[in-house]
Formats: sequence, structure tokens, C-alpha cells
Amino acid sequence: MTETTRQQRRALALGVVLSLLTTVLLLLGASVGSTGLESLRQLGSDALAWQIVWEIRLPRTLGAWLAGALLGLAGAIAQGLFRNPLADPYLLGSASGAALGVALALVLLGAGAAAPAVAPWLLQLGLTGAAFVGAVAAVLLTLTLARGVQHTLRLLLAGVVVGVVLGALGSLTMQLAPEVMQTLQAFILGSTGFVGWSACALMAAVLLPCLVVAWAYSHVLDGLSLGEATAASLGLPVAAMRAALVVVLALATATAVAQTGLIGFVGLAAPHLVRAVSKTTHGRLILLSSLMGGVLLMAADTLARGLLAPQELPVGVLTAVLGGGYLLWLMHRQGQRGRWS
Amino acid sequence: MSRVALQAQAVHARLGQVEVLHGIDLAFTAGRWSCIVGPNGAGKSTLLKVLAQLLPHEGSVTLLGQPMATLERRLRARQLAWLGQGEVAGDDLTVFDVVMLGRLPHQRWLAPPSAADLAAVEQALRATQAWDWRGRTLGQLSGGERQRVLLARALAVQAQVLLMDEPLANLDPPHQADWLRLVRELVAAGKTVVSVLHELSLALQADELVIMAHGNVRYQGASGEAATHRALEQVFEQRIAIHTLAGQYLALPRL
Repeated sequence: MTETTRQQRRALALGVVLSLLTTVLLLLGASVGSTGLESLRQLGSDALAWQIVWEIRLPRTLGAWLAGALLGLAGAIAQGLFRNPLADPYLLGSASGAALGVALALVLLGAGAAAPAVAPWLLQLGLTGAAFVGAVAAVLLTLTLARGVQHTLRLLLAGVVVGVVLGALGSLTMQLAPEVMQTLQAFILGSTGFVGWSACALMAAVLLPCLVVAWAYSHVLDGLSLGEATAASLGLPVAAMRAALVVVLALATATAVAQTGLIGFVGLAAPHLVRAVSKTTHGRLILLSSLMGGVLLMAADTLARGLLAPQELPVGVLTAVLGGGYLLWLMHRQGQRGRWS
Repeated sequence: MSRVALQAQAVHARLGQVEVLHGIDLAFTAGRWSCIVGPNGAGKSTLLKVLAQLLPHEGSVTLLGQPMATLERRLRARQLAWLGQGEVAGDDLTVFDVVMLGRLPHQRWLAPPSAADLAAVEQALRATQAWDWRGRTLGQLSGGERQRVLLARALAVQAQVLLMDEPLANLDPPHQADWLRLVRELVAAGKTVVSVLHELSLALQADELVIMAHGNVRYQGASGEAATHRALEQVFEQRIAIHTLAGQYLALPRL
């Protein structure tokens, strides 16, 4: 068996394992919560138990998977597009844009006041919309400052500048309206607590076309790994395909951020974890990173709910600790083998 | 009459605000190996990029009699292969996958590799003696081994015209000799090879030299002619001398 076939088999095995893990974690996620397994046991006889499992636990567990899949996909695209293993989905300023959008929405909707100006569902919808609009607007601003998508370095620098400036504006908003601080902090730490079936449907509706487009253009990312000039010499319409991939990156990130807040490390770690198992082309890397991101966030969400039940940990903190810790271990291991050093 | 494979007419190019090519007129004969040489900053790599349509420029470039600006992108990529200087490469791709990228201009959108693609990749990998590492990732190879894989990637295109910028970088002398043999075989098969080399003794093995300085072509002629050697010594301000040893030309610095 050649090494290429071995890598392909490892990729396939990883795909199977991640799919199985998804199923197991989905069941586990439906069992974890303040009422524990009791709700699952009384599913057929108790309307409240049905409501808890069907309307709260299942959508948030599935929602965690979908948000993680979107972030894993976005991470794989970002790392391929920028040819940088440290690139993450938030590189184009979408995180700061989303946070600023939420901060402004909180102020405008009077969220921190004793009696909010709008109904809670409208407030939630407003925050989700503001996060999405903020993330997309930040990416558009980055693209404008970088004068398009042709120059990788310019794009990276513009993303950093937009991230810093919008982050500062978000902090300024918090200082001027300290009553929004707690809600904004919850958004920044990330949570799947408000994900319902409609959010799941929305994320699935975005994930599917994003995956298809990213997979269809994955050979561009393979070509770009040889450098932009070489990719262009191979007859690839680099600028147009890169623009399409940036749109997918922005859309996937903004959709995930709008529903679950700023969950860190999933987008960065998922592609690395895939590569640690199988060295593969971007076609498989994109699909596997998406699966890996879904599994990571679903596992983190289940842990966040189960570790200190009935208390809940912010899921973003867990992904940062677990993802960061695993990446450090991976770096240590690769360093011993003479890579990443 | 010999056919022209690649021709530049009145080519001007800029890097940022600085014009680095000042009206280049040049023709490369089909089925020959031409080598572009000159001091640092002469514009050799820029010229190669312009010839490959990888840099915006003024003036026209024709490939096998067709204006390149009007050639369909994939058709152009099938007819002209380019190997860049210090080409970066994804450490996580296997050697086989990297060389298969050379077949992209031949492959239909999302189609799996054909038998012809697989045969071309194997042929290129065997020609550069990299077949045995086809399953290894680029991150597991030395600089010279990588260079052979990247050369295989360019060969896998099976283009009529090959442009190579410093293809001998990181290669040890035996593999430099292999490269020279490979180029001879390509030329014998009717391909046109244009390379940039700063190793003058190796460049003197080419059929002809294009000698550049300060963004201009100073001389173009057969590498065995005395006039070419004089032009080469002149462009390097007489700080090199060309000698003959065992039927080969050697360019050595004057000490």
C-alpha cells in the first residue's frame, strides 16, 4: 500500500470516526442538563420532559455542531487562503465587527435597562441580526481597505487594523454604556443557550452551500499552497476564486458568530487536528475540518453543561482551554519531530 | 526557417513605481534552450514573469504565434509551464498531490485524474528521480528534494514551452547534471526551455544566452561564440573571465 493510499484511508477513517462521534455526542447532548437523564427517561410520558429535550437540548446540541462545522470550514479556508497555519475565521475582522454590532444593538434596544424597550424575542433577534451585520460589514471594510482580495498581505494587515479599530470602538461603547457589559461579555464568551430550531435551520442552510462552494474551489487552495504566481500559471482564475472563497469564509463565520457568539479556537484548531491525523488535499481537509469543528464544539457544549450542572460554563472558555491545550501539545509533539520549530 | 516559440515586443514592466524592464524586444526559437543571465537586479526574473503573463506590463508577448493576452487561460497554461524562484509549497501535501497540480490545466472542473494525468505525473516523477517519495509530504523533504518535486510539477504540465527561474537552486552537482540532461532531452523532443540561471558555467551549457543588464537586453547569441563571451564579461564589468576546460566553458571570477 502506497503512502498516498494510506493517507486517503486515514482521511476516510477519520471521517467515519467523526461521524460516529457526532451521533454519540448528539445523544449525550440530549441527556445533559439541569434535570439530567430524568427528562430523557420520561420523554414519552411527561410533556415538560419532551419540551426540555426537544425544544432546548436537541436544538442547542445540534446548533453547537452546526456552528462548529461552520467555524471549522471557515478555519480551513482561512488557513489555505492566507497560507498561514495561524489564520482563523476571525482574521478579516468579523469577530470585532460582530461584537461592535451587538454592543450597539444592546444600547439602541435598551437591553441593560431595568425595563428593556423591546420584547425578549425581539431583543434576541436584534442581537443576532446585529452580530451578522457587524461581522459582514467588518469583512467588507477589510476588503475595501485592502482594495480587493488580490494581495494576501494587504488583506491580512487590513483585517488586523479593522479588528483593532472595531474592537476599540466596542470597548468605548461598553465604557459609555456600562449597563450592556454583562450581556456583551456573554456574547464574547460564546453560548449555544439561545440556539433553537430556526437557528439550526438557518445555520444548516448556510453550511451546505458553503461546503459545496469551498469543496468545488478546493483545488485553488491546493494551487495557492505553491504560491500565487504558480497558481495563476496553472490557468486558475485566482482572483475570482479567491473572492468566492472570501465570501464563503465571511458568510460561514458571520452565521456562526450571530447564533453562538465569539467562540474561539474551534476554527483554528479543527484543521490542525485533521492534519495531525491525515495529510491531505484541501478537498478532504475542508470536509473533515467542518466535521471536526462540529464535533469539537458539540463536545465542548456538552461538557460546559455537564461539568458543573446545573451551573453552565461559557462554552467559549472551554473551547479555548481544550483547543488551546491540545494545540500546545501538538506543537510540542511536532517540535520534537523537528517541525514547527 | 526556425520557428519562434516565444516573443516579446516593446515590453515595459514596473515593480511598484520603478520601471525595471525598459522596452524588451526578444525572440526565443522553438526547440532550443535559452538561458537569461546578467548581474543582480538586471530584470531577469521580472522578464520571465512577464513572459509567463504573471506580471502586468506594456507591450506584447506572443506564444507559438498567438498573442498571449488573447489566449484562453487554461490553453495558455497547457502550452507554457512556469517554475518560479523559491516557489513555496504546502508542507502537508504529498509529493504525488503536488505534481498532480501540474495537470490542472488538462483536467475538467471537479473531474478525477485521467489515465493520461496519472501517466504524466509518473513520468515527471521518474524523470526527476522523485517517484520513490511520491507518498511523502513536502515537509519531510530536504531543499534539493523539494526542488526536484517542484521541477516534476512543471514537467507534468507537458507544455511546449517551459520557463524556469533558478531551477538549480538547492541542487547538488550530480542533480544539476541530471537537470542538464533532462533539459537536453526536452529540447530534443522539440520543447522550448527558457531559464534564468546565475551559475554562469551552467548557463554556458545552454544553446543560447540572453544577456541582460539594467532592465535591457544587452546581447543575445549562441553560448559557444566568442562574441557572446565578450558580451558576458563586459556586462559583469570584466570581473569574470570565461575559460575552456575539457570542452566546456567555465566562468570564473577574476581575482
